[in-house]
Amino acid sequence: MNFLPKNVAMSPSKQASTRETYQRLINSNTEMRGVYVTSRTKEFQVSIRSMTSFLKYCGLLCLLLPVCVQAAVSSEARTIMIALTEEPPQLNSMKATDQVSIFVLGHLMEGLVRYDRRGRLVPGVAESWDVEDLTYTFTLRKDARWSDGQPVTARDFVFSWRNTLDPVTASEYAFILYPVKHGEAINKGKRPITELGVVAEDDRTLIVTLERPTAYFLKLCAFASYLPVREDVVRAKKDRYAADADDFLMNGPFRLEEWVHGASLRMVKNEHYWDRDNIYLNEINAAYVTSDTRARLNLFLDDKIVYTSLDGDTYKDALSNQLRIRSFTTGSVFFLEYNHREDRATANLNLRRAIQHAYDPDEMVNKVLATPGNLTGVSVFPVWLDGIEGKFRDEFPAPIADRNIPRAREYLAAAKRELGGTIPPLVLLVSDSPTATKQAEYIQGELLNNLGLDIRIDKQIFKQRLAKMTSGDFDIVGAGWGPDFDDIMTFGDLFASWNLNNRGRYSNPRYDEQVRTAMNSVDPATRMRAMSKAQQILFDDAVVLPQYEQGVIYLLHPKLRGVVRRVTGVDPDFTRARIIQ
Amino acid sequence: MIRYTAKRILSGIVTIWFITTATFLAMHAVPGDPLMNDKAVSEEIRRNLEARYGLDKPLSKQYVIFISNMLKGDFGISFTQQNRRVNDIIREHFPVSAILGILAVVIAALGGMLWGALTALYRNRLPDITIMFLVILGISVPGFVFAATGQLALVHLNAMVGTTVLPVAGWGTFTHMLMPALVLGLGTMALLTRLMRTSMIDVMGEDYIRTAHAKGLSAQRIFLRHQLRNAILPVVTVLGPQIAAITTGGFVVEYVFAIPGLGRYFVQAVQQLDYTVIMGTTVFYGAFLVLMVILVDILYGLIDPRVRLST
Repeated sequence: MNFLPKNVAMSPSKQASTRETYQRLINSNTEMRGVYVTSRTKEFQVSIRSMTSFLKYCGLLCLLLPVCVQAAVSSEARTIMIALTEEPPQLNSMKATDQVSIFVLGHLMEGLVRYDRRGRLVPGVAESWDVEDLTYTFTLRKDARWSDGQPVTARDFVFSWRNTLDPVTASEYAFILYPVKHGEAINKGKRPITELGVVAEDDRTLIVTLERPTAYFLKLCAFASYLPVREDVVRAKKDRYAADADDFLMNGPFRLEEWVHGASLRMVKNEHYWDRDNIYLNEINAAYVTSDTRARLNLFLDDKIVYTSLDGDTYKDALSNQLRIRSFTTGSVFFLEYNHREDRATANLNLRRAIQHAYDPDEMVNKVLATPGNLTGVSVFPVWLDGIEGKFRDEFPAPIADRNIPRAREYLAAAKRELGGTIPPLVLLVSDSPTATKQAEYIQGELLNNLGLDIRIDKQIFKQRLAKMTSGDFDIVGAGWGPDFDDIMTFGDLFASWNLNNRGRYSNPRYDEQVRTAMNSVDPATRMRAMSKAQQILFDDAVVLPQYEQGVIYLLHPKLRGVVRRVTGVDPDFTRARIIQ
Repeated sequence: MIRYTAKRILSGIVTIWFITTATFLAMHAVPGDPLMNDKAVSEEIRRNLEARYGLDKPLSKQYVIFISNMLKGDFGISFTQQNRRVNDIIREHFPVSAILGILAVVIAALGGMLWGALTALYRNRLPDITIMFLVILGISVPGFVFAATGQLALVHLNAMVGTTVLPVAGWGTFTHMLMPALVLGLGTMALLTRLMRTSMIDVMGEDYIRTAHAKGLSAQRIFLRHQLRNAILPVVTVLGPQIAAITTGGFVVEYVFAIPGLGRYFVQAVQQLDYTVIMGTTVFYGAFLVLMVILVDILYGLIDPRVRLST
């Protein structure tokens, strides 16, 4: 209801008369209608009027404010925007362990070698190398430079490797440098760090001596812990090394221009990078940090980021938005690991075999996980691992236990006899994620229906679950393993009796022997045959129950090309991505 | 007045000490190991890590060291971000939470007063019933629902307009703050609307309002000068604690809108068992809350001498 005549101008001189006109109009109107109107209604009309103008003003203000939010891709500026799931906890390459830090480091740094888009090893800082028995001689390229323009020298590698292994550094990934001579002894404090088998003969020659033959040593050289680090910067920054953008140097395709903790991380092209001509992007701007998949999907829908992964819920939204959904197998394997400690019921082989035959991982993957990309788990050795010439899985197919309930019950009866009549309730330790809960409930139901086993689910947050896994406070644990490097050994020694990550404490000298054979040989045929025997032992002993090989589903901006997905190291890799028109 | 203030401050210090001790004990009682990660480490490395964080000493000694460092204003180094000091984390991220919180309170206060006044004027009629229904929604629907809905609304709004009207998430400009602040303030706005409605109804029945009418004052003048101003007083008194509650309780909103506030560190630290960050953020938030309460108490004492006498 607007009683104000349209032609009344609101100049200051006329304001008073306007108000009078207004009041008169209200009064005349109410009188005309002959309705009793309380003063309250008049007040209300006044307040409504002032309120609407106030709101209009606010609305205008909002629209007038400059909103300069960068779009997901900018062809002219060659910029892309991404979101990180969390703030990178550690950009000191000597201590980094998590995926986000390794993702960021992979764009900022370069090691002796790197992987190309087809997953082949190509020269990085090292332009060539000679292998002679246990000695690797790397020749560093002349034009490899740090972001301050100084050359990357062999000493930078010696410093970084020694420091990572130094027990004082307490790097969790130190073990990955154990193939270097005396690496393990140094890390355990039994030798001084100067005895490490790595020498800078001159600025451009790095000589590495290995502890024992290591078939995959070159692949390790692409890993974050093997990256070079400048000693003078570490000495100058001390504890704050890599704490902020200007607290460390980079030698990779990009350099860290700006880092606002918890908010954004801007990587711009490194003008000192030797292969800068092959880097298309000028900037990768991680302008958002959130682990909320839905928030990231919203950002993607709003054309603010080029990439996001999806989960079960957001997958349906992406489908209904008719977006192109891509999938990728991450290379990680998930399995149920039994507790093999003697006082546990699960130490009984017949019980483990009963479960092996009563359970079908195929159904779990298709009906419980129910997102595309996951593969049914059949072995601890995932499908992507290389064998002698082709893939390991093709050359040495994994033995598979068919679901066979009568047979499972026979094993169960045997187990019961051995365990004194009854099977106690089994504790299934799982993480607190919704997916893990769904899986645990499925397993609980299956084992109850098929075998009458009583499974108690023990849901724990990350640190508590780890503590219980390490102390052996479980019967079955939902575990997984992601590859550290691109070789079968990253999975192969997982259940070796000396491996600290063997949390079920499985111990079998025959298995250990196969692992040793594979570790000490560089001949692919010998190594793969040994691993195939190890695979058979793991199956016969029902050491674990493979569940699935993890897949991720994700969305990628249609204008972006050349984004590489990898099972190890930098994933996804945007370094050599291009924007098409 | 000095005695009253001193008493308040003293009890505040005792409260902070109590929070500190309780958190310290509870945190160490939680099962799990802050130094344990996906990859198992050797004994040697483990001992070095324990020594770095002082976990190799007995608990009582750790407590003494913590308290003495705290008095020096040093909360130590984070466990998850091993090159960042907890002090830096608080210094860099608390202002973000504070700005967001203050904006949320401003929105909540303005909205609450406006809607509250409207419902009182229109008591038991359609606008009143509609708004009070929304108020009940505002109080009962959890924050993360509002956050997700608000964000989705922005996606649709931007798609409809064809350009970015308001950013969907992120931090940096004033426009980034509007939706998160609104979402964060909704619960408080609902609360204040109810408070304002009651207070306004009380005022409207007062004699001086009748007098004002009798004097022939304009309706607008009565509304703004006599009703609104008098009805606001009780609303203003709850603002202090509300600012503290909103500033410290924005975790979900920070998470959904990718805002680098302190709330995220506060919650994640507990999940990660990041001892130093748990202690730093809890003590800081505790002290902040206590400070707000003391300030409100002192202000009460200044405004109304009867409060001072009764203690």
